[in-house]
Amino acid sequence: MASHATLKVLTANRLSDGRVVYLGETGWTVAIEEARLIATPDEASGAEAEGARAVADRMVVEPYLIDVETETGGILPASLRERIRARGPSTGHSRGAAA
Amino acid sequence: MYRYDEFDHAFVRDRVAQFRDQVARRLSGELTEEQFKPLRLMNGVYLQLHAYMLRIAIPYGTLSGRQMRKLAYIARTYDKGYGHFTTRQNLQFNWPRLEDLPDILAELAEVEMHAIQTSGNCIRNVTTDHFAGAAADEVDDPRPWAEIIRQWSSLHPEFSFLPRKFKVAVTGAARDRAAIRVHDIGLELRRGPGGGLGFRVFVGGGQGRTPMLAKEIRDFVPEQELLAYLEAIMRVYNRYGRRDNKYKARVKILVHERGLEEIREQVEAEFAELRGGALDVPVEAREAISAYFAPPSFEDLPRTSRILEEARLRDRDLALWVARNSHPHKQPGYVSVTISLKPIGGVPGDATADQMDKVAELAERFSFDEIRVSHEQNLILPHVRKDDLPALHAELKAVGLATPNAGFITDIIACPGLDYCALANARSIPVAQRLSERFADTRRQSEIGDLAIKISGCINACGHHHVGHIGILGVDRKGEEFYQITLGGAPGGENGGEDAAIGEIVGKGFSTDEVVDAVETIVDTYLKLRETPQESFLAAYRRLGKKPFQEALYGR
Repeated sequence: MASHATLKVLTANRLSDGRVVYLGETGWTVAIEEARLIATPDEASGAEAEGARAVADRMVVEPYLIDVETETGGILPASLRERIRARGPSTGHSRGAAA
Repeated sequence: MYRYDEFDHAFVRDRVAQFRDQVARRLSGELTEEQFKPLRLMNGVYLQLHAYMLRIAIPYGTLSGRQMRKLAYIARTYDKGYGHFTTRQNLQFNWPRLEDLPDILAELAEVEMHAIQTSGNCIRNVTTDHFAGAAADEVDDPRPWAEIIRQWSSLHPEFSFLPRKFKVAVTGAARDRAAIRVHDIGLELRRGPGGGLGFRVFVGGGQGRTPMLAKEIRDFVPEQELLAYLEAIMRVYNRYGRRDNKYKARVKILVHERGLEEIREQVEAEFAELRGGALDVPVEAREAISAYFAPPSFEDLPRTSRILEEARLRDRDLALWVARNSHPHKQPGYVSVTISLKPIGGVPGDATADQMDKVAELAERFSFDEIRVSHEQNLILPHVRKDDLPALHAELKAVGLATPNAGFITDIIACPGLDYCALANARSIPVAQRLSERFADTRRQSEIGDLAIKISGCINACGHHHVGHIGILGVDRKGEEFYQITLGGAPGGENGGEDAAIGEIVGKGFSTDEVVDAVETIVDTYLKLRETPQESFLAAYRRLGKKPFQEALYGR
């Protein structure tokens, strides 16, 4: 089993409106809490294959894996950029406007 | 204002129809993202962190009330109820859906607007002085020439796939308010030895990761030969500009690597071939374009307004607002008014749909239906009677648009940064907000005087940090936001932008928690060391150098 530090999720932008989405257990979701946790290289390959299929099916664009942490109970992206993608802008008229 | 002719209408409508078809083919799977991306970018559509972003061209920053109302309508109908005015005098919507974009472009076409030339390696939307056609110190209105350049450059077949993007700015006054020295080409409209109009031409300026000031390549090009001269520069750039490395592809690198003299020789050789030919602008064509920009029907008014003077004595807020946010006009009895989009703690450049509608209404009532967007991310009503300033101020105050801070330390330029932008390394907007709150006190701002803070969230420098008196650059340091401070930059100023300067890095960067205190230390150091209250921050910095500021910041 991989350590927490190497947990990943697959993310992309939805083709129709560009919104941030994550690969969940049964499809794509806008809620990172519902994202499928990826712990092994095999799981990562499988997720990436699903991402490639979703690109071909015109559901998402540019899927990629991101590092996440789960120590706090939820799923928290490791990088600030991905935290902002998950939650929406940190300030202003669209503050928190995650999907 | 310029009005579309039949050609313009047909051209923009055709482009909307093309894009509608391209979006349909993308959604149906006929086009891959790789195939679609260059097509959407040619229509101003980016994919940012959270959603698509649409960048709408506002040629030379000029809008009518009807156009502003349309932007408000789009903000309300297709976005989240606001828009963001940018340092390129454009407007960005942050949340449009791909499937709605053809309809949005069709809405824009109804009011003679589009998103062409807001992206890609073409000649971009031309920018100019936001007080053009109004400023007391203007030699002539630069907007007819900005429009002529727009018509020449739009879909120019030879220059649609340049090595990199290409930006042109024009000023009509010796005092540069259009930052011409940090553009690929900067043009200063001036009178030649015989009294005829023409242009002083600068080439090779820009910001980004390699900031450079443009160099004077010709001190005078007669106005009718401007397009021939511009075409000559573009040909030299298109032929020799580097295509092997995008970071070295801008014309500034070409000028730097080859030297100004060699570039000048090449340009002059091309110019000799082109001048006197089809690119010469006929007087009738020039006059026809200029007629669109004819001054409005100004009244003959006394230079001083009794109504305003009496109101100023009664209302301190009005007095301060007039002192900071009005600009001398060429017509006696009138001023240009800056509507600050920098409320204390607000997002620089943002305006809600309701505010846009209000500005449209006020432009119609008070400014001959004209609005300008400044590269400083504010709005301008260019032609306001001094008699109307008390009424205008009251209307603006009621909708949160009367912040009296034009040119003050809280009039901060900031790019969207990591809150929106896919390229950014750090956030810009929250830093701008915290600085604005720290220096909110109007008396303190007045004591500090003119001081421009500009913030970019990455090295691409959309927030113009290189030319900030205090520039702030957000960087990623091991996953944390850090902010590098530069001092002494300036975008333009007197005598064709000769005051322009690229700021100097003051020392090691500051964390998010430290950066506001660091700016305050710099400001306090300036206040302590300035010789008189009239000595501006920039003047004091140029006299003192960075050493006293380094000592204050780092204790050495």
